[in-house]
Amino acid sequence: MRTNGPLALLFHAIFVVAMLAPIVVVCLVAFTPEGYLSMPTTHFSLRWFRAIANYPEFVHAFWVSLGLGALSSFVALLFAVPAALAIARYSFRGRDALAALFLSPLMIPHVVLGIAFLRFFTALGMGGSFPTLLVAHVVVVFPFALRLTLAAATGMDRSVEMAAVSLGAGGWTLFRRVTLPLILPGVISGWALAFIQSFDDLTMTVFLAAPGTETLPVRMFLYIQDNIDPLVTSVSACVIAITMTALILLDRFYGLDRVLAGKSDPGR
Amino acid sequence: MSAAIDNVPASAAPAADTRDARAAWALSVPALMLFFGVLVIPLAMTVMLSFHDWGQYKGIEPVFILKNWREIATDPYYAEMFWRTFRIALLVTLITAMLGAPEAYILNRMSGRWKSFFLLVILGPLLISVVARTLGWALLFGGNNGLVNKLLMSLGLIASPLRFMFTETGMVVALAHVMMPFMVLSVWAALQRVDPQIENAALSLGANPLTIIRRIVLPQIMPGVLSGAIIVFSLSASAFATPAIIGGRRLKVASTLAYDEFLNTLNWPLGAAVAVLLLLALVLIVVGSNALIERRYAEVFR
Repeated sequence: MRTNGPLALLFHAIFVVAMLAPIVVVCLVAFTPEGYLSMPTTHFSLRWFRAIANYPEFVHAFWVSLGLGALSSFVALLFAVPAALAIARYSFRGRDALAALFLSPLMIPHVVLGIAFLRFFTALGMGGSFPTLLVAHVVVVFPFALRLTLAAATGMDRSVEMAAVSLGAGGWTLFRRVTLPLILPGVISGWALAFIQSFDDLTMTVFLAAPGTETLPVRMFLYIQDNIDPLVTSVSACVIAITMTALILLDRFYGLDRVLAGKSDPGR
Repeated sequence: MSAAIDNVPASAAPAADTRDARAAWALSVPALMLFFGVLVIPLAMTVMLSFHDWGQYKGIEPVFILKNWREIATDPYYAEMFWRTFRIALLVTLITAMLGAPEAYILNRMSGRWKSFFLLVILGPLLISVVARTLGWALLFGGNNGLVNKLLMSLGLIASPLRFMFTETGMVVALAHVMMPFMVLSVWAALQRVDPQIENAALSLGANPLTIIRRIVLPQIMPGVLSGAIIVFSLSASAFATPAIIGGRRLKVASTLAYDEFLNTLNWPLGAAVAVLLLLALVLIVVGSNALIERRYAEVFR
């Protein structure tokens, strides 16, 4: 009963092919030598990868996305680590409500978040600037940073800390030399997952980005709205390659199922 | 998530409680202020915005009227659009459940190395840009001689090419692909709690494989299927990138309509009303079905 029959394996094969097909097709078309959308049949060409360099909007958008992702995940951790320690270690009134509030950005559709941020920052007279994108991304990636830090802080062995306290360590030293190193794998994984979320976000960012602050997904989306050509497939292939690298690192470092298992939970 | 929070031991001495609470709140204050300042206030402002007036030349007028809400309630265009949004979400949920649950079951029966490899292959797309994945479907659909149509015709499943681009069919197929990992993940998590010996026991008592799936496996993974369905439904109903790229400028769902009102028509109050209604509908559906499931499967969640 524990093995799969031929019918089950056939289903599995079709399933996996269907899951991979769209991603593989994008990567294949990116290598076409032709000037139009086509599958490379006889030979492959890097022509459309070179073409990215002549389209500075994509290059600029890439740097915006990279900076935004790295910075917003870092800032989110500055807020999330103390909050995770509070939720993991103390039982106090309102703790469940606090956790629910902190995870709520997962429940709110990103369209609604994008609209709310657009309304808010426009009212403040600072719409479209990089700092507004940064603040918005910090809020949206916060639950991912919190969740993995929380898991690490909950599973941490407190006796090491107690030993440090008995030896006279306290406050900042205790945190920097004992607590942080112990929860670091969770913190780094939280940063990586938050980074991917920020790097990939389209729905919220599309409301906030202005021509100078367009992120890569936004630039790609606006480009696709006008026309689909091999250039956007080569840009997508680069994005896929970057994500795959992060994915494999994350899997090696922490275990992908552990990272994602949190994500499947509707945040009850 | 709730498990991670719940299994923290309660403080031993009541005297330590107030000190603990003070420390906990002190640590949470920065994040709390961030959330209040940049999440609660903007959301409240959006709800207010939906009651404001708007005109082509006068712009947004900060008054309190029901004009936008009345327009959504009376104009059949909005009813049709919301119906389309939820119809697509429901179809996507059914497809992911019917294909994702068997796949999770097959995955779970594989041996160690294959299991983790295919888990990576199936869950990995979750983290790959939605724009890139949808672009892939746009390429596969691509007109009458797209790969999907060629394949279906050569298999003899269809006689003439189907239209996928700019249709609901295309949106459902692409969205089902985007949402599939959530369903597989949810069912897979439920399967981890199932004792394989129960299946063997049923087998030794003479049950045939079909009976085992129907009477043993299905009842045990049902909570996983249902909680996966809630995630898939709410994410599909509020999806933006896939409907926007596959649906084009004509075929609108709630989120693409709100986008249009905000960035093309510039009627912000109406767009805000559409977004707030979408949020309310989703919260009602998610909270309602969560309560139903937890009551029905109380023994599984305990």
